[in-house]
Amino acid sequence: MTSLGGVFYYLRTRAWIWSFVATAMVWIATILFTGGHGGGQMLTAALSFATFTIIVGIGQMFVITTGPGNVDLSIPATMALSGAITTKIMDTQDGMILTGFAVALGVGLAVGLFNYGLIRLLRIPPIIATLSASFLVQSTAIAYGRGLRIKPPPALADFTTAEIGGIPILSICGVVFTIIMGVVLARTFYGRSVLAVGQNMRAAWLAGIPVERTRLVTYVLSAMLAGLSGLLLSGFSGGSSLNMGEEYLLASIAVVVIGGTSVAGGRANVPGIWGAALFLYLLVTMLNTFGASAGLRLIMTGVIIIAVITVAGSGEQKR
Amino acid sequence: MLPVFLNAQLLRSALPALSLGVLLVAIFIIQPNAMSYFGLNLMLQYAVPIALATLAQMFVITVNDLDLSIGAFVGLVACIGATYLHDTPGLGLLMLAGCIVVYAGMGALIQLRNLPSIVVTLGMSFVWLGIAVLILPTPGGKSPDVIKALMALKIPAVPFPIVAAVVIALIVQAGLMHSSYGAVLRGAGGNPKALARAGWSMLQIKMAMFALAGFFGVLSGLSLIGLTTSGDAHIADRYTLYSIAGAILGGAEFVGGRVSPVGAVLGALTLTLTGSFLIFLRISPDWQIGAQGAILIIVLALRALISRGERR
Repeated sequence: MTSLGGVFYYLRTRAWIWSFVATAMVWIATILFTGGHGGGQMLTAALSFATFTIIVGIGQMFVITTGPGNVDLSIPATMALSGAITTKIMDTQDGMILTGFAVALGVGLAVGLFNYGLIRLLRIPPIIATLSASFLVQSTAIAYGRGLRIKPPPALADFTTAEIGGIPILSICGVVFTIIMGVVLARTFYGRSVLAVGQNMRAAWLAGIPVERTRLVTYVLSAMLAGLSGLLLSGFSGGSSLNMGEEYLLASIAVVVIGGTSVAGGRANVPGIWGAALFLYLLVTMLNTFGASAGLRLIMTGVIIIAVITVAGSGEQKR
Repeated sequence: MLPVFLNAQLLRSALPALSLGVLLVAIFIIQPNAMSYFGLNLMLQYAVPIALATLAQMFVITVNDLDLSIGAFVGLVACIGATYLHDTPGLGLLMLAGCIVVYAGMGALIQLRNLPSIVVTLGMSFVWLGIAVLILPTPGGKSPDVIKALMALKIPAVPFPIVAAVVIALIVQAGLMHSSYGAVLRGAGGNPKALARAGWSMLQIKMAMFALAGFFGVLSGLSLIGLTTSGDAHIADRYTLYSIAGAILGGAEFVGGRVSPVGAVLGALTLTLTGSFLIFLRISPDWQIGAQGAILIIVLALRALISRGERR
């Protein structure tokens, strides 16, 4: 480890470190530009926004890890539906928050079961199944929500925006959750099954791993996390909106890939998701600070995502 | 169980036409007035740009990739069409050609670095949208008169959208399904290794398919502004979903290069008609995408049933 080659090997096998390095560089470039102003606030905001990306990103990571072709495209629609239903049910009353959480998870459970049902019964690629499901889910959200913006209960709004010494409480919960999911992936039977199925589904099946049950749990997990994220995001942003999940389609996939998880499946990277999520947020902040127009910001976001996966992307098998 | 003359293969290829037929009959039963020159013209107005976008998506699906940027790309083409192509046609055409080159480059990048197409195209969708917003920050511009005139063409007896759809479908069908290079292109989706061993360059094939997708994306965007007469960066945001759904309705499968150009056009027509169908049923337009999703799932379920019957 002390030799240069050792350091190089260490860095190469832990690709996710780069996402943190890039995050730090973007942050430093921005505060150099502002002359040292607002560096702390910027980090607080980055942590807050990154947390929502992390929640859906972890679900997406489990799905992508189950093998080539597995991806959940119904995350944005599920977030919109969960936000619409829960804000209506909670009806700005603090006493209903727990019910709201239960409903959010219930919405996710239903969407996840539906997704898996389509994959299994119709024998169609998960991309198509989750896409078709998202049409129905989005439509339900539109018809149910009617575009009304209902405020979240005050206690929920307080919880999602509270911070201790500049660190959002929600982000602390997010870190704890990430650690738990890291342990689940590395140490539990379910987590090991996800990795095994992703490496070689047939070999996993021959080894006696319940392949179908693993996939079922994974799609349900992803949808439930999307539901949860929809609830928290509507608390954070003062109400739900029908398109609030839109940006999380790219974000959830991008953080997984930039974070060093293999798109071919079978190899996941939990800490990398945080680096990638912070990087994406700070990147947009930096472009904002530099005074880039909306169009230029979009172009740069796209170009950088493609550049990162071109450099970090593996030369292995894809979907 | 099935009549002898209806084998599974035939049934599967007839499915896109059957679904369109069922929808048409349903519409005519509910609203007999719709079955007129004027009614069909109105209902199918937007079928041409959607069919062209669906074909673009189908080319990408042929080589086992997926294009999540086609909607944003059609929006960009609409913006270029309503500004540069109208004011300085030479520069406009050059820009559109450049767009197609970038599309081919996207295919090359995906092939060379073995990247997942969803991530690359999702990233590119931001780039297309960004350029479109730079060109046309607010909806506006004017579409070139030639295109407007072409899209408003009145053909006796048969409405223009139907004629255009048939012509487009037959041209692509002939090129992709009945030519030797078309077979090679489809083979790239079926067995890339075998094709590479036979001496074909997978890089060239991927680039060709993505360039074709870009070309049809350009056609889609131009025909769209021929109808709307002005441009907007977000004009075709839904086209990404439409094109994927249309290609699948038309019988495209995600592995093995199994596609059908005629089917894709029929699928696009089916999707276009769903909107009118809901209006005639007096169902709120809120459910439009839901209904499209439901049709997609029903068709996929029928296909699964047919395949199951085949195996028995």
